[in-house]
Amino acid sequence: MIRLEGVTKEYAPGHAAVDHLTLEAATGEITVLVGPSGCGKTTSLRMINRMIEPTSGHIFIDGQDTAQVPAAKLRRDIGYVIQHAGLFPHRTVLHNVMTVPRLNGWGRARAESRAREVLELVGLPGDFARRYPAQLSGGQQQRVGVARALASDPSVMLMDEPFSAVDPIAREGLQDDILRLQQELGTTIVLVTHDIDEAIKLGHRVAVLRQGGILAQFSSPADLLAHPADDFVADFVGRDRGYRALSFQQADVPVHPEEPVRIGEQLQRRGDQWLLAVDAEGRPQGWVLPAEVAEAAVALEHLHRGGTVSAVDGSLRSLLDAALSSPSGRGVVTRDGVLAGTVRAEEVLSVIQSAPRPDGTSIQGGAGDSDGAAAGVGPQQNEHR
Amino acid sequence: MTALGTDLGEVAGFAAQHAYLAGVPLLLGLLISLPLGWVALRRRWLTPPVIVGTGLLYTIPSLALFVLLPGILGTQILDPINVVVAMTLYTIALLTRTVADGLGSVPDHVRQAATAMGYGPLRRFWAVELPMAVPVISAGLRVAAVSNVSMVSVAALIGVSQLGLLFTDGFSRSAMGPIVVGVLACVLLALLFDLLILTLTRLLTPWLRAART
Ligand SMILES: Nc1ncnc2c1ncn2[C@@H]1O[C@H](COP(=O)(O)OP(=O)(O)OP(=O)(O)O)[C@@H](O)[C@H]1O
Ligand SMILES: [Mg+2]
Repeated sequence: MIRLEGVTKEYAPGHAAVDHLTLEAATGEITVLVGPSGCGKTTSLRMINRMIEPTSGHIFIDGQDTAQVPAAKLRRDIGYVIQHAGLFPHRTVLHNVMTVPRLNGWGRARAESRAREVLELVGLPGDFARRYPAQLSGGQQQRVGVARALASDPSVMLMDEPFSAVDPIAREGLQDDILRLQQELGTTIVLVTHDIDEAIKLGHRVAVLRQGGILAQFSSPADLLAHPADDFVADFVGRDRGYRALSFQQADVPVHPEEPVRIGEQLQRRGDQWLLAVDAEGRPQGWVLPAEVAEAAVALEHLHRGGTVSAVDGSLRSLLDAALSSPSGRGVVTRDGVLAGTVRAEEVLSVIQSAPRPDGTSIQGGAGDSDGAAAGVGPQQNEHR
Repeated sequence: MTALGTDLGEVAGFAAQHAYLAGVPLLLGLLISLPLGWVALRRRWLTPPVIVGTGLLYTIPSLALFVLLPGILGTQILDPINVVVAMTLYTIALLTRTVADGLGSVPDHVRQAATAMGYGPLRRFWAVELPMAVPVISAGLRVAAVSNVSMVSVAALIGVSQLGLLFTDGFSRSAMGPIVVGVLACVLLALLFDLLILTLTRLLTPWLRAART
């Protein structure tokens, strides 16, 4: 557990960048610090590994006051990932990842086999090890950054906007990987972002900071959406928080059977109805209009790929989105990646209507009435996993 | 063997001396410039005195330095040490700013990542900052090498044995031969230094070539 106790940082006397911050990042959880630019997120994070020394206050990791540990030693025990990865351009991927084990005095062979292991873990096998950072894409560099932080198997990892410099698709992949890795390894992660969606997706608990490094709210993502502590948090969390809150709700929605066509097959059916195309394994690929296929077999170039696909036990948000984004109005749902049927927007909505609000209260209740406000460290668990 | 009325065996001996008098100071100067450049970059208040101070060294006329140093160091006037010390000072004058520039060219996020990984300042310098500054420092080193080779010849005026003696010899005998041979040998030596530095740099920076492919 990481505990910040009344931590203050003043770069100039009287101007607090972080002001009496008290918060606990639970062991084995992802704690996200989120807030507008300049609110003191990076400063807070860097005080944990003493890259910045607090003006006052204390930080404890598993009960140990970090001020008592030599800074370089402390940092070797804490993984650190930054925006743009900060890889060493003069070292190969392999040697970048070997950095901390080598600093910790590991032999070359042991450090190398560990490095190859973590590279595999972040999805960069074999051949990547010999490359230099300049020979990687931004997303791949970021993966190496994560691997480098993981190499000495730290129990604590700090991440400062790790994914903000990569494109949205790569970002989603990286986010999913971090969730998976964190679950596998049980690492305690403190992650900084200014993207509330990322905070909600990744955080077991989310700390919203306001200008001057003041904690505005610290609660589970669901709670944050349902009960913003004040206008600032409500504003920051955004207008469509009602829709986003659906990410944390699951319920049974009627699934209609769907008769798909296989790619490569001749169409048996005609008409102006959209047909769902699947591959040989039954995985949905896209929609086709019979008129556009004419006499040909269904091929990739006939596919309309607009719709999103939801797992049949996915959140109400992903189910609704599948229905809304489908050109046919029939939302594709899958079980283990294989077509399970389709859902209808109006039916998902009626399930949403009748479902209880998070914590049994009303989303429309609005700001100011929350008990999850401010520095409270409540017992709530995150419901989204 | 002779060419243009000059004994080539003697020229080779001069050239070896010349390489020693220009090369050793190059190494010493580099070693001393590293901490100076680092300090100039990292301690703001020391930047002007260090950079300006070392830069001014270069404005001292070399002949004056060759003559003054024996008095300061307590050495014989013909002692090659005087030349080594003088050339080292000139190398420092040329390299300190270059070293500061090279270390300053390391991106901030890379330095911070190194700190965050748990490098102490000294290890970070050797493992991250210096290797990344090699291209810039090497450029400065090439200039200093050429400058040293040409400046060492001046020491002939005080009689220290090296290629410059061919110039004084040619001058006193009004013979073109030794002068031409001397110039050619100097140019050759400078090219050799340049090639050596380039090769070393290439070996130290495989990452630069990888980035371009
Ligand atoms: N080294 C420094 N010297 C002086 N002021 C600083 C320094 N570093 C940060 N600050 C100030 O402290 C405040 C908090 O900075 P910090 O970098 O922690 O913000 P942040 O929340 O990480 O912002 P961003 O989202 O833009 O990265 C800002 O007002 C910033 O200008
Ligand atoms: Mg920041």
